[in-house]
Amino acid sequence: MSAPSLSKSNLPRWLAPLILLGIAYGVVPFAGGSYLFEAILTPFLILSLAGVGLNLLTGYAGQLSLGSAAFMAVGAFGAFNFNLRIQGLPIPVSIVLAGVSAALLGVAFGLPSLRLKGFYLAISTLAAQFFVQWVLTKFGWFSNNSPSGVIDAPALQVLGIHFDGPVGRYLFALTVVVVLTALVARLVKTRTGHQFIAVRDHELAARVIGVPVFRTKLLAAAISSFIIGVAGALWAFAYLRTVEVAGFNLDRSFQIVFLIIIGGLASIRGAFFGAALIVVFPLLLSRLGAFLLGGVFNSGVLEMSQHIFLGALIIAFLIAEPKGLVALWDRLTARAAALFLSQTRKANTDIVP
Amino acid sequence: MDNAFDWTFFSEVLVGGLLAGVMYSLVAIGFVLIYKTSGVFNFAQGSMVLFAALTFVSLTERGLSFGAALAVTAAAMAVLGIVVENAVLRPLVNRPPVTLFMATLGLSYIIEGGAQLLWGAQVHALELGIQDTPLEVSGMLISKFDLIAAGISAGMVAVLSLFFRYTRTGLAFRAVADDTFAALAVGLRLPRIRTAVWIAAGLVSLVAGLLWGSRLGVQFSLSLVVLKALPVLVLGGFDSVPGVIVGGLLIGAFEKLAEVYLGPYVGGGIEGWFAYAIALLFLLIRPAGLFGGRTLERV
Amino acid sequence: MTEEILSAPGFRVHGTPNILEAPPKAISASAIPLRTSPRPEILRLEEITLSFSGVIALKDVSLDIRRGEIRSIIGPNGAGKSSLINLISGIYRPSRGRIYLNGRKFRRVPTHRLARLGVARTFQNLALFGGLSVLDNIKLARGIHRRATLVEELSGLGRARREEADALARAGSLIDFLGLGSVRDRLAGSLPYGMQKRVELARALAAEPAMLLLDEPMAGMTPADKQTMAESIRTIRAEFGTAVVLIEHDIGMVMELSDRIAVLDYGRKIADGTPAEIRTDPRVIEAYTGVVHEESEPEDLR
Repeated sequence: MSAPSLSKSNLPRWLAPLILLGIAYGVVPFAGGSYLFEAILTPFLILSLAGVGLNLLTGYAGQLSLGSAAFMAVGAFGAFNFNLRIQGLPIPVSIVLAGVSAALLGVAFGLPSLRLKGFYLAISTLAAQFFVQWVLTKFGWFSNNSPSGVIDAPALQVLGIHFDGPVGRYLFALTVVVVLTALVARLVKTRTGHQFIAVRDHELAARVIGVPVFRTKLLAAAISSFIIGVAGALWAFAYLRTVEVAGFNLDRSFQIVFLIIIGGLASIRGAFFGAALIVVFPLLLSRLGAFLLGGVFNSGVLEMSQHIFLGALIIAFLIAEPKGLVALWDRLTARAAALFLSQTRKANTDIVP
Repeated sequence: MDNAFDWTFFSEVLVGGLLAGVMYSLVAIGFVLIYKTSGVFNFAQGSMVLFAALTFVSLTERGLSFGAALAVTAAAMAVLGIVVENAVLRPLVNRPPVTLFMATLGLSYIIEGGAQLLWGAQVHALELGIQDTPLEVSGMLISKFDLIAAGISAGMVAVLSLFFRYTRTGLAFRAVADDTFAALAVGLRLPRIRTAVWIAAGLVSLVAGLLWGSRLGVQFSLSLVVLKALPVLVLGGFDSVPGVIVGGLLIGAFEKLAEVYLGPYVGGGIEGWFAYAIALLFLLIRPAGLFGGRTLERV
Repeated sequence: MTEEILSAPGFRVHGTPNILEAPPKAISASAIPLRTSPRPEILRLEEITLSFSGVIALKDVSLDIRRGEIRSIIGPNGAGKSSLINLISGIYRPSRGRIYLNGRKFRRVPTHRLARLGVARTFQNLALFGGLSVLDNIKLARGIHRRATLVEELSGLGRARREEADALARAGSLIDFLGLGSVRDRLAGSLPYGMQKRVELARALAAEPAMLLLDEPMAGMTPADKQTMAESIRTIRAEFGTAVVLIEHDIGMVMELSDRIAVLDYGRKIADGTPAEIRTDPRVIEAYTGVVHEESEPEDLR
């Protein structure tokens, strides 16, 4: 759904992202305490990236996946192992290799998509979820035989630049997220991106006009898994710093699905909108609950009410705004712009006799 | 497992697996009921099982008799079914199946959260008064509980079959399942039938909740039985009651056998994904499941 | 009318970008001289039988399509017309019989290679990519001529740039040809029905097919829209030398447009010939008027 041209036609398309980038690099690092970075901004960025990855597969190519957390886990443990076992491997290379590992797994579990449609494919991704969790838990090699199964991330250092502390890790995550998001934003405008959409909208018609349907689906799975894998590596290296398999459970997978539904399917901005809501809303809920109910609102109650609110939010969006927060935002800004324009026009006509 | 293969032990494992499989089928049947009439892939089936078991056990803990608790829980499940149909699914009518599925995913979060917010998150023991003593049948030791549970499940299936064959509502249900448009054309009231189906599925989850709850204890993880039911559905076909019964038996048997004979070689714990592996392998050979209707691509 | 379309801006018979001057493809039809007879055969079906779990949809149907002809297939509903098109495009596999496409024998036509084999089709029910713009729908069908790698595409350099320019030029001239200029950047799914039908036709033409299969392209259209569509079909044949296989219920339109007509009834071919021959064929008259089929639409007979 394109927003009414009224509001945006006079501004170049690249302006808004550029301003946001300027703020993210130039202003944010000097504002706020470590809580802002550690509890809000860094997880927000990484979840956004995972959302961008899943949106490519689910939103653009129309293949529902319920196993995103498995690919994040592969990314996290992959990056850890590449970094641990290959001496002197630069961190970015470890992360890219981790993404490639996730992509390979994504292709393996995307293979059934040759024959399976819809829910059946979703179930194949559930299989990926349980299988990966089992492998990473069962074989101690993956966590370097750490007795607790917990891995510790190495220090973030690229070309002699140290990304230490909350702000450093934020900047590291930000850079990776910006680069990959820009690539995906470009991808969905190319022929390959259009092929994703074609396969989603009408697979048979796509095949008839010569779109290589199977290859397209696998490519979508590979790129999506790569991005989600990198998000997993960032989750380990830039956010939590210590990671265990249990952190990449089915709930995490669902969280990323919810995030793109709430934010907006087949929209890159949607992943960021959704991630923002997913990260901020539990914090708001806990503040609000504590304020309203006091001591009754313990962590158990908080968790349950989070579940209820999240579930209700999903259903509400599916019913009332299936295109997600992005559509809501576009409508509101368009209305505001229209209002502003009509006001200025009125003012102008008042001046001109 | 030396030279002589222990057939008695094998049979014990097999029968144990088959009996467990019946309980998988029980969860899957609630699912089939809903899928057949409204095309909704109801992920919330597991949370309905949890909700039913938790409500029942909490009521008995508060002093209600078995019968009274059962009646109140059944009523609660019926109300839940009515609310879900009217508040969640009716506004989403004619939307793509994936949207409906995601709505049930959201629904499962609400039901799980609500059940635990209402009754607390601690583990409850559920005692149905069935002694779980091993029973000896021709040299094999078989769990009496499993046997009774399988019996109850089989009874449930029989009751459902009779219901659909001989009652007005049941026939209407089948008409809707076979041909929604034709059913509308002859004046069947779709919303009412769908509500009835959600109530029926709620009652099935009550039975499943009691049986699974007394086996595993009533706690959050009970809602994860839906994850056990999915491979059963894949194997049997989403729209076939006989299919999911056979599917449940197969998955139950294979899973137990694999756990016992294959597990030790790979470090155990494979029950989380093994059923999925079987189901997927099978899917690649027969994409519509054992008994699922084959749909021809119409253009 | 033809002159009007040809004089429409952007649709230039001479000069570039010009559809006619696109580089000749393996089976490009543009080089085939028109109005010479007999024209070479592009497709031949031999004794095709198609059945779905015992129900026979087509029985011993033989049919040939020659280059550059407008070939209609008519018959009451359920006669097997759409099945025939689905069979030619490889969506169905015949139970018996042979299919020759450009002289090559197929048991089942490989759908994923259909476009490369020079065949394009439209669908009875709309089959556009609703989430893509009109332009992108058409450009995508140009994809079979593209070779660029993903990296080239992402950077927009090298082959990707040339191919993009080619796709854009081709799509642009088709958009002008079919009068879609005003909706070029709209999402295809948001367009009215008749407009979507035209977008589908444009998409089918993007790859310069030698044969075009049209499954009820005028269904649900207003008389004026039907006339426009008929003119477009004539122009396509005249200018690109494309063979057109047309399924249409409007018999008047079929008689007006077609070079040859095949008539199907209950899955059998009961007649085949020029419009004049078909009009007087007793079996055809019987099939249409004598015994009115349960679901046939007698009002389609003019």
